[in-house]
Amino acid sequence: MSTTSPVETAGAGAATYVDQRLGSNKFLARNLGKVFPDHWSFMLGEIALYSFLVVLLTGTYLTLFFKPSMVEVIYDGSYVPLKGVSMSEAYSSTLDISFDVRGGLLIRQMHHWAALIFVASMSVHMFRVFFTGAFRKPREFNWIIGVVLVTLGLGAGFSGYSLPDDLLSGTGLQIARGIVQSIPVIGTWGAFLLFGGEFPGTDFISRLYAIHILLIPGLILAMVTVHLIMVFTQKHTQFPGPGRTNDNVVGYPLMPVYMAKAGGFFFIVFGIIALVGGLVSINPIWVFGPYTPDQVSAATQPDWYIGWLDGALRTMPNLESHIAGFTLSWNVLVPAVIIPGIIFTALGAYPFIEAWVTGDKSEHHLLDRPRNAPTRTGLGVMAITFYLLLFIGGGNDLIASAFNMSFNSIIWFLRISYFVLPPLMFVLTRRICLGLQRRDREKLLHGYEAGRILRLPHGEFIEAHEPLSVKELAVITSKTDIAPIPTPQKTDIDGVKNKKYAIQSRRSKLSHFFYGENVPLPSAAEIEAGQAHVAADAALEAPLHAYEDADQISTFHGGVLHHPGMAATNAEQQNEH
Amino acid sequence: MTDITPHGSQPAKLGHSPVADVPHVLRATDTNPKAAKRAERQVASMFLLSIILVIAFIVCYVTIDKDTVVYIPVFGEVALLTIMLGLTSGLSILLIGAGAIQWAKKLMPDVEVVQMRHEMASPADATAEAAANYERGKEESGFARYPIIRRTLIGAMALFPIPALFLLRDLWSGGLSGKASPDEILSHTLWRKGERIVVDETYQPIKPEDLPVGGLVSAVPANLMEEQELSGNLDARGKAAIILVRMDPTEIVAQQGDGWDYQGIVAYSKICTHVGCPIALYEQRTHHLLCPCHQSTFDLANAGAVVFGPAARNMPQLPIGVDNEGYLVALDDFAQPVGPSFWERG
Repeated sequence: MSTTSPVETAGAGAATYVDQRLGSNKFLARNLGKVFPDHWSFMLGEIALYSFLVVLLTGTYLTLFFKPSMVEVIYDGSYVPLKGVSMSEAYSSTLDISFDVRGGLLIRQMHHWAALIFVASMSVHMFRVFFTGAFRKPREFNWIIGVVLVTLGLGAGFSGYSLPDDLLSGTGLQIARGIVQSIPVIGTWGAFLLFGGEFPGTDFISRLYAIHILLIPGLILAMVTVHLIMVFTQKHTQFPGPGRTNDNVVGYPLMPVYMAKAGGFFFIVFGIIALVGGLVSINPIWVFGPYTPDQVSAATQPDWYIGWLDGALRTMPNLESHIAGFTLSWNVLVPAVIIPGIIFTALGAYPFIEAWVTGDKSEHHLLDRPRNAPTRTGLGVMAITFYLLLFIGGGNDLIASAFNMSFNSIIWFLRISYFVLPPLMFVLTRRICLGLQRRDREKLLHGYEAGRILRLPHGEFIEAHEPLSVKELAVITSKTDIAPIPTPQKTDIDGVKNKKYAIQSRRSKLSHFFYGENVPLPSAAEIEAGQAHVAADAALEAPLHAYEDADQISTFHGGVLHHPGMAATNAEQQNEH
Repeated sequence: MTDITPHGSQPAKLGHSPVADVPHVLRATDTNPKAAKRAERQVASMFLLSIILVIAFIVCYVTIDKDTVVYIPVFGEVALLTIMLGLTSGLSILLIGAGAIQWAKKLMPDVEVVQMRHEMASPADATAEAAANYERGKEESGFARYPIIRRTLIGAMALFPIPALFLLRDLWSGGLSGKASPDEILSHTLWRKGERIVVDETYQPIKPEDLPVGGLVSAVPANLMEEQELSGNLDARGKAAIILVRMDPTEIVAQQGDGWDYQGIVAYSKICTHVGCPIALYEQRTHHLLCPCHQSTFDLANAGAVVFGPAARNMPQLPIGVDNEGYLVALDDFAQPVGPSFWERG
């Protein structure tokens, strides 16, 4: 029996007031009970969203104290080692936030940690979406928005840690200037326009500030909003399970369970960021000192998400061409402009490439198991391998000094590995996926191996099989077998030449490459026969269980259970031990 | 009305899953009122503790001095105030979340429900209506009938953002008629004939005998201080910074001009020719100079040649000598632009 409190009465009044002006009750009626499926991996995107909100909140606080100015001032705050040192106002105000604003360091560190968590959770969320095929129709747009969000996230992070104008961040900007300058034709002018002249100039921090606190967060906010509206409209994908189909969504209603869980999770993420921000120091800019273009700290490292780009810069051979009085710096252009360009374009285009190759035009709401799309999974692992190799390149000096290795050999190892390891990982992953598919087929036909050896009265040993659980059966049979696109004909029945033969043939080959080796699910009849087989096994075992239950077996020999019908043999075996 | 139903009671169309539902298992809090009561107490305690922690936060903020530093193993020397504010606020926020989730898991229904999906594509009649509306609009506006209007509109729409590009030109006010272009600016530094070489921090001039064999000094031109005060920026420093190293003259294999060293003292730009990091890691035995950013390695005994790494160009060398007072001076500017390559560099 529920009663209505005065607060609820007031709330109902407010709802009516708003509804009469916006018709909001129709929306509430439709959506208060909206069902959201549950899975731990769905929280990755939530972590990204919540850490972004924390970044916005803490960032707003920081703007109240930070001064984005490159005017030189003499530091006179409470950090004694830098007292009297000439530095930019940006650096000096960051020191003030860290040492003279109470709680300022907490908020600064929360901001930095939340930004790292934001980029990390976006990346892992993207892996989840990729490997489960959640980007397939109808969610291609949201995948592209996701790729844009990751790119913006990198930009937000880089522009953020460049603002304090400490020695480390200034070095990062110097590298950025070198990269812009490598762009053919417009690079030199581009760098001069960006920096308001030569590097470092006096304009850049305030320009970067506008980009960091307005332009990029504004774009991210807009993109995140569209991202969420699309998730809401299209309803969330779900993992296969009992009763879960491509036409339904099984989970918890928004009000109250999902609201409590998701809302509670926001506070968990927020709270953990606050704890980490308070306890774990990050980017101690006072250690690095103020920026000056002729100083550098040894073992210069960017934040982790820029590491792969730095690794690409480090491992690129030193190619440069001089054509007709102009310079083309391939050594910078390729790793810092062309490779990232290709990577992000390929990421954005992937759903469309896959749909074209497979010819699959149906809507997908039930997630793929990675093993059921071996080529996609292989490509994903291949990309991650390439990324990790670049990332290792970004830390080659740390690895060299930690393990007492020559950085030259690490670089050469990487240069060769870029071409060897990713394809190797692709083949390996694909084989593993196909192997798992075979195992799934095996399970459907014969049940799963119980790990018990059974000796039959006539001396035969068999391994007991048990039927699959309802859940496992549902998960395995969720696989959709898509036939590869058939090989096209050069001419039709009337002998007319097929003008599109070349492209159709290529598409068919790619499609065979994608799905051709897949292990098809057994037919319903075969599965039924499999069940019968498992049932027969179970019947054989039944007397044994009875025997077992009666506690008549005192010893087990190497996992072999003795059949009660073979008393003599049992005794014989026991004597042997 | 929502179209949700408890999972299981719905005669769901089991497209992919030809299996029955799994039976729902009741939780302790569903069957045992004591367990439910305990869960209620747990949730309320978390919320209460959160309230107490907010008060603790205020107490810490007011009572702990911001300069108090404590030593905590693993974390090192840290500001006590930062730690306490992080702990109290972090835990108070965390407990709200933990309480809400415990509430949802233990006391709210854990029965999954089913909602049907609908195809994303609009029904055919809606599509037809949209198409009809479009046709009507096209007809009424005459968009198809007036090609001149259509084409001029497209042209105007394509061109109207162009002024914005012009407005960006003055992001850098230099380079106008008579003023130097970017490539000219990048090609010159403060170094000129007779300019004294001074230590970068102290601005002390250097005599050859101050620098032992194997020694290294970071240096700048003597006129840099004046230039920095005039311009108010660090641009000149970013180009003019050099390092001086002294080696046995017989070890010098090659340099970028005849007699550019002075008694085995050579001067090289400090700015890496890869992407512009300042370089200071010098190994005197091999005369190698290593960039800390991307590990480009240059041989200072061999005209600053690239030994390893991504840099494509020699480190520019500065010709040096001594003036009549015996101090090291530059004999000229660098013969090539310092720092990273650029398009017009040639």
